[in-house]
Amino acid sequence: MLHPSFWIQAISLAFSQIRANLGRSLLTALGIIVGVASVTAVIAALVGLKTKVLGEFESFGANRLFIFPDRPDDVPKNMYPWKDVRLKIEEVEAIELNCPSIRCLTPVTSLGMSGQFGDRLIEGMNVTGIRPAWHETENRAVLSGRPFNSIDEANARQVCLVNESAIEELRLPSEPVGTHVLLGGRRYLVVGVVETIQSNMLGMNTSSTEVFVPFAIASRLKDDDFFFRIAAMIKSPELASEAKSEVRFVLRKMRGLGPDEPDTFQVAAIDQFIDQFRALAAGITAIAGGIVGVSLLVGGIGIMNIMLVSVSERTREIGLRKAVGATPSAILLQFLLEAVVLCLVGGAMGVIVGELMAFGLTLIPDAGLDEAHVPLWAIIMSFTFSAAVGLIFGMFPAIKASRLNPIDALRHE
Amino acid sequence: MLIKLRGISKIYRIGVETVHALRTVDLDIGENEFVAIMGSSGSGKSTLMNILGCLDRPTEGEYRLDDRRTDQMSSTELALVRNERIGFVFQSFELLSRASALQNVELPSIYARGDRKKNRRARALAALGRVGLADRVQHRPNQLSGGQKQRVAIARALLNRPAILLADEPTGNLDSNTTADILGLFNRLHEEGQTVIIVTHEDEVASHCRRVIRLHDGRVASDLPIEEDPAGRFAPRVSAEGVA
Repeated sequence: MLHPSFWIQAISLAFSQIRANLGRSLLTALGIIVGVASVTAVIAALVGLKTKVLGEFESFGANRLFIFPDRPDDVPKNMYPWKDVRLKIEEVEAIELNCPSIRCLTPVTSLGMSGQFGDRLIEGMNVTGIRPAWHETENRAVLSGRPFNSIDEANARQVCLVNESAIEELRLPSEPVGTHVLLGGRRYLVVGVVETIQSNMLGMNTSSTEVFVPFAIASRLKDDDFFFRIAAMIKSPELASEAKSEVRFVLRKMRGLGPDEPDTFQVAAIDQFIDQFRALAAGITAIAGGIVGVSLLVGGIGIMNIMLVSVSERTREIGLRKAVGATPSAILLQFLLEAVVLCLVGGAMGVIVGELMAFGLTLIPDAGLDEAHVPLWAIIMSFTFSAAVGLIFGMFPAIKASRLNPIDALRHE
Repeated sequence: MLIKLRGISKIYRIGVETVHALRTVDLDIGENEFVAIMGSSGSGKSTLMNILGCLDRPTEGEYRLDDRRTDQMSSTELALVRNERIGFVFQSFELLSRASALQNVELPSIYARGDRKKNRRARALAALGRVGLADRVQHRPNQLSGGQKQRVAIARALLNRPAILLADEPTGNLDSNTTADILGLFNRLHEEGQTVIIVTHEDEVASHCRRVIRLHDGRVASDLPIEEDPAGRFAPRVSAEGVA
């Protein structure tokens, strides 16, 4: 309908209005700047956190399943004593036999033992009992030597695996395979070295000293009703929920739980944690969105106010423009464009401030936000919202301007 | 006939009071006329100018401009008529203070349709040349004298080659020397074929025109050639005077 020259004129006029009232315009746009900057920074932080956490989950393995004893929350504790709730070896075997979606599994138990090599003695070392399937469920191969095999387990051989930090801690030779260490006063042959995994997410610090012995040995060293958990690997990540229901079915049957009774164990897959994290992230996004909404509302009211002032200051100009042939819709568009341009300038400044804040976040040590960045969609969204605020809050002043009677407008003092 | 008014009335309602600003005015103005519309305040001359300039619609009656009825047009249609057919000159110039003379003159073409959008810059420069301001195109209004400002306003009014140049007290804010200049300019434009209507209350201004329409109490009191009108006794000393 309108010629490009109209748009060029209207947009350059909008900028010249902003320039002419620079301080006033910036103060007015402050609400938009703050709103957009905060949403940009929050999104950047969330994106960074998400990248980090999901990456962590990925490396953790999407096809892993954890089974551990758990007392139901809302019943008296004495109804489910720990010794009834704990997992049993028969249950491990039942799961192995009756859960077709599970590729392999291993019971895992921890115990504290003294460790000694030569003169070096360490009390209360963390020793973990595992079966050979552990190499597969944890995706951890040996760096040198050999992994555990079924003979180690079946014969309860006194062998062990150590990680690099255990080599350091016990002052073992750098190629320790074939040497013997004393664990709890017994001699164990070091058969392999496993990598030390650096991971501090989800509260699992696996970078510490690790020594592994066959589960059969660990269970012998413990009381009859010792605790362990099961780490399992699903055949494929899509089977996660199927595997979970298979395990639930087996365990509930073996424990004789009636239909009204709660589970006395938990079966967790990584997707559950991912879902939880996603829900958390969505919650934070919604709260941030609410804050931003309020600040954009405040900013929008500021824009409306300043546009009303502008219309009133420029009444004679509006009258003149109408006299030389500006239609009501041309005046409406001009003032709308001014509001939108003002908001977009505010939005652009907000994005810049938000980018700076996001960059600042990446510099905070140990905050886990080093992946924080502003995604393109957030920038596009910021500009869209800014323009929308301009349109919505600029509409009333623009309509007011377009309806001015040219005769009265020209007579306005 | 360029302008044809038949039975034009304008009634304002202010509270419970009704004001008859115009009462059944009949008027014809032809092409290339040079007309003064005179009257004391309250005579209806401003109302008549607003209706002639399509800034306002009559309450009753028929207004034909170029044989087109304008009295029933919408405000958007009227805006277009103002853009294409009418050039306004105001007492207080009404220039945009942050725009250059050239940008001020270009203003009507921004809202124009068709050919009137084209060659904006060249036509604006030509219009500024016609009013003798070819050397002031980049000046801002605050860098121009009153007479120069009014010339910019006249150039702006001329940009879209209007059928009527409608001036409302164009010399009201000017000193007598500048007044003579501006009236000389109107006279020259008239001689070049432009239809000019000047609304004024000063006999001296009206004396430069060829025809004087006097309003009284919303009616046409007299409509005479300048030679027969009382304003004629002010000797027109302008027509020979050139424009700087």
